[in-house]
Amino acid sequence: MEHIVIIGNGISGVTAARHIRKLSDKKITIVSAETEYFFSRTALMYVYMGHMKFEHTQPYENWFWKKNNINLKQGLVNQIDTEQKTLHFKGGESLNYDKLIIATGSKPNKFGWPGQDLDGVMGMYHKQDLENLEKHAPNNSICKRAVIVGGGLIGIELAEMLNSRDIPVTFLVREDSFWNGVLPQGESEMINRHIKNHHIDLRLSTNLKEIKSDENGKVKSIIIEETGEEIECNLVGLTAGVTPNIDFIKDSNIETAKGVKVNRFLETNIPDIYAIGDCAEQHEGINGRRTIEAVWYTGRMMGETVAQTICSNRLAYNPGHWFNSAKFLDIEYQTYGWVFSKPREDEAHFHWKHEDDTKCITVCYNTNTNEFLGINTFGIRMRHEIFDEWLTEKRDVEYVINHLPEANFDPEFYTKYEAEILSAFNKKLQTV
Amino acid sequence: MSNKLNESMSLAKPDATNMPIKQKIAIAIGFIGLFLLTLAFFNTSFPSKNLFLTLALALLFVGVIIYSRSSYLSKLEGIKNDGVWFKSISSRGFWGWILGIVLTSFYIVLYFYPKYLGLGTNGEENAGLIGFFDPLSKLLSGRPASQWFVYGTLYTVAILVFGYKFILKYRHNRYQQLRTISVMFFQLAFAFLIPEFMYVMNSDLPYYDLKSMWPLNYYIFDEWSVKGFLSSGNIGLAFLIFGIVSIFVVSPILTYKYGKRWYCSWVCGCGGLAETAGDSFRQLSSKKLSAWKIERWLIHTVLVFSVIMTTAMIYTYLGYDKNDFWLTRGLFISLVIGLLTLVFTGVILFKRHELGKDAKYGAIGFFVVIMVLLLMHFTGTTNHVFYIKGSALRSAYGLYIGSIFSGVIGTGFYPILGNRVWCRFGCPMAAILGFQQRLFSKFRITTNGGQCISCGNCSTYCEMGIDVRAYAQKGENIVRSSCVGCGICAAVCPRGVLKLENDSMDGRINPNEILLGNDVDLMDLVNKQ
Ligand SMILES: Cc1cc2nc3c(=O)[nH]c(=O)nc-3n(C[C@H](O)[C@H](O)[C@H](O)COP(=O)(O)OP(=O)(O)OC[C@H]3O[C@@H](n4cnc5c(N)ncnc54)[C@H](O)[C@@H]3O)c2cc1C
Ligand code: SF4
Ligand code: SF4
Repeated sequence: MEHIVIIGNGISGVTAARHIRKLSDKKITIVSAETEYFFSRTALMYVYMGHMKFEHTQPYENWFWKKNNINLKQGLVNQIDTEQKTLHFKGGESLNYDKLIIATGSKPNKFGWPGQDLDGVMGMYHKQDLENLEKHAPNNSICKRAVIVGGGLIGIELAEMLNSRDIPVTFLVREDSFWNGVLPQGESEMINRHIKNHHIDLRLSTNLKEIKSDENGKVKSIIIEETGEEIECNLVGLTAGVTPNIDFIKDSNIETAKGVKVNRFLETNIPDIYAIGDCAEQHEGINGRRTIEAVWYTGRMMGETVAQTICSNRLAYNPGHWFNSAKFLDIEYQTYGWVFSKPREDEAHFHWKHEDDTKCITVCYNTNTNEFLGINTFGIRMRHEIFDEWLTEKRDVEYVINHLPEANFDPEFYTKYEAEILSAFNKKLQTV
Repeated sequence: MSNKLNESMSLAKPDATNMPIKQKIAIAIGFIGLFLLTLAFFNTSFPSKNLFLTLALALLFVGVIIYSRSSYLSKLEGIKNDGVWFKSISSRGFWGWILGIVLTSFYIVLYFYPKYLGLGTNGEENAGLIGFFDPLSKLLSGRPASQWFVYGTLYTVAILVFGYKFILKYRHNRYQQLRTISVMFFQLAFAFLIPEFMYVMNSDLPYYDLKSMWPLNYYIFDEWSVKGFLSSGNIGLAFLIFGIVSIFVVSPILTYKYGKRWYCSWVCGCGGLAETAGDSFRQLSSKKLSAWKIERWLIHTVLVFSVIMTTAMIYTYLGYDKNDFWLTRGLFISLVIGLLTLVFTGVILFKRHELGKDAKYGAIGFFVVIMVLLLMHFTGTTNHVFYIKGSALRSAYGLYIGSIFSGVIGTGFYPILGNRVWCRFGCPMAAILGFQQRLFSKFRITTNGGQCISCGNCSTYCEMGIDVRAYAQKGENIVRSSCVGCGICAAVCPRGVLKLENDSMDGRINPNEILLGNDVDLMDLVNKQ
């Protein structure tokens, strides 16, 4: 029987395994160094915040794997022998495969800052990071202040986590407004204010120069590049993005660049080896997407797709309209289609913000054709299905704004803002 | 690591949660209120019962109000679950167990040894805790308190104060606020005040909480109850008819339109307590598949038991006065069997494919009930059905289901098994409404395309132990008979994936293998298979 081995038990590896199992009775083994069972990485923060126990982050009960005849193996792969089709583990074991799926995810970026490997300096990616955090920042008497470096989605989650335990946080963001490489200015500024309302010390346009150590090799303070200011702290979180976790593959025959290079069929240059999820790098971005997409949904979709290919229905990875979501402290964010931080050529943004400063939307459309291109929504939930349909049908922006009530997904009895949005939109049209 | 810090008997909480001084004072105030009640329990003679009863209840209110305001109003609006699994009371820690033991003991005394609460028997005056409540009871209905009056008062107080806390906790969520105001109102007016006033108007009327329906108030068709109604003239008859209409007409219509939530989390008193006082324990319900299996067997067994018990009860007393009443035993049994058959054939004809494997269990259950009823009819004598006294069935039901299950376990075990143990495993009313919700209702929880990140907040906070995530991560709507529509899963979801809705019946159940966002052809290929 063909043996499919998957390195990585994250969302991509597990989705691939589940779908292969649905389509066939091939032998399946999932290898992981991190944990025995699949857990939801996106939920790690809630464990530290006390919303959930770690076991709640596991989407399947422990019996699930055996029942579905999926073998789990814990261990760190440190070499792939593509000639012999063998994996070598740290500790000397090995495992043969017929087909291999690489789904090893990401690791936090470190940009060579002095002191970046000190005790108390950490990324926020793996379960081990969470354990580390619990050690260095269990409460605000052991951790008197934490500094977070890097204003992205993981950075703000880490800030929220520490905040939940009343640990003072200084949040260093290189950009002059939070995540404004992705978010349009109005949205980004609203989030700046929201962060500050949570008593987080947000420092914009601020870079880390170095991390200083005490006599025991533990972090003591950090120095800010621009001002030279020294901030005492007991924990430094490095959250300046992630890169594919593929160091152990670099010296194999498998082609890599930043990630493992794959074609549209998620195949690497070596036959029978595939790569999916955070660690896979497309030769070219698909429909305006990046070549590496480190998001949950991409991992899942690639897993769904590669399972088809492996079960003899060779299928190109062909994702639909872009969508994503996040939560910035108390403000939920969803996006459908493309809204860039600044309108591109022939594009314009319509921005509406509620006076309470926790809700806003930005709609992007083409100025020549009026075609609706995408929407960012903050503090108002909207329907994925409807926007997906509108994007496919290439609706124009007037249609979308006039039909917004159909897309509303807020709980019942919530105040509705569509009328206000519509009148703002009409006003704007008149003034243009 | 944090996730190991519970289920211990340790008194020390993780130092992550430092309680502000204001909350400590609030807790102290509340405890002084409780302490006064305890003193009363031990028969302390207060200079003025009036004054001290008022004081005790007022302290409870003030304590919880200050505590809630300090917990929630000092923070921005949003989800307030920080540290839930670190607090020993809400994570089956030391204080959780203590509270469980205290509550359970209270229920045991209440149901089985009310004299320890001070109930006066043989015309004696009440003493102790029950005596302490005499002034309030006399004020409302002119009679001395009973253990049920004390219980009802404390129950109502709990729903009101913790309801207030809940409203502040969810001050950003109108759905949560409205349904909480609704249960607070129904408890105060329908369960507590109106029955007292009804007694003042007509002391022959049996206690009737208008919002409580058969089979939840399994005693409504008891002989004493029906006689009570029938002997109180038109108003009694009206109540009896209302009782029958509410279960056979009103409830099916409302459940069709809104799902069982209209009752379970907007009206019902058991649900009311679970949602307010029990809110801190919702995360303790088990999400395991094995728990779901137990749930389905248990709750349907209780339902069958309650149907047979009620039928047997009515059957027995229909026999007393031979033909001076149009409803004879034969006619009654035929009506019951006819109704069950109607429901059964309807379901099999229209909903067989939705039930799948469960259709078989349903069929077996149906035939067992019919056989039992027929057996009863042909073996029954004046007061024996299947050679047991009908009243013995009724007492067994009252004892095991009505008292032990719904009270002692259902509420006493809040801090151990979660706040909806009774609603989930035992309530026959929930079983009926749930059956209808699963098959004939517009209600569902819609899943938002492919947005789920499988984080598990929804499942963790579902008090009914539904593994909501299992559906959401497949992009499948949640259509489960046990869902009480509390809306908490939707509230805690950090990605806006869930929405409680009443929409058309078509496409309500939509199992998906490939989620929205992927290749449209692949979705078609796999999902249509
Ligand atoms: C804190 C946090 C919050 C996030 N929130 C969101 C969000 O809200 N929305 C969103 O879309 N995305 C989010 N993401 C990103 C998302 O979690 C990732 O895109 C996704 O988990 C990637 O899945 P994956 O299966 O590709 O890899 P991973 O989940 O990283 O799994 C890879 C696994 O492979 C194992 N592995 C790696 N190398 C080896 C080896 N040599 N031998 C054995 N095992 C190995 C790793 O230990 C790991 O367990 C978040 C990420 C983090 C860290
Ligand atoms: S599924 Fe959601 S709405 Fe239904 S009972 Fe569970 S938490 Fe409440
Ligand atoms: S539905 Fe929401 S809360 Fe539930 S697992 Fe998905 S993202 Fe998390």
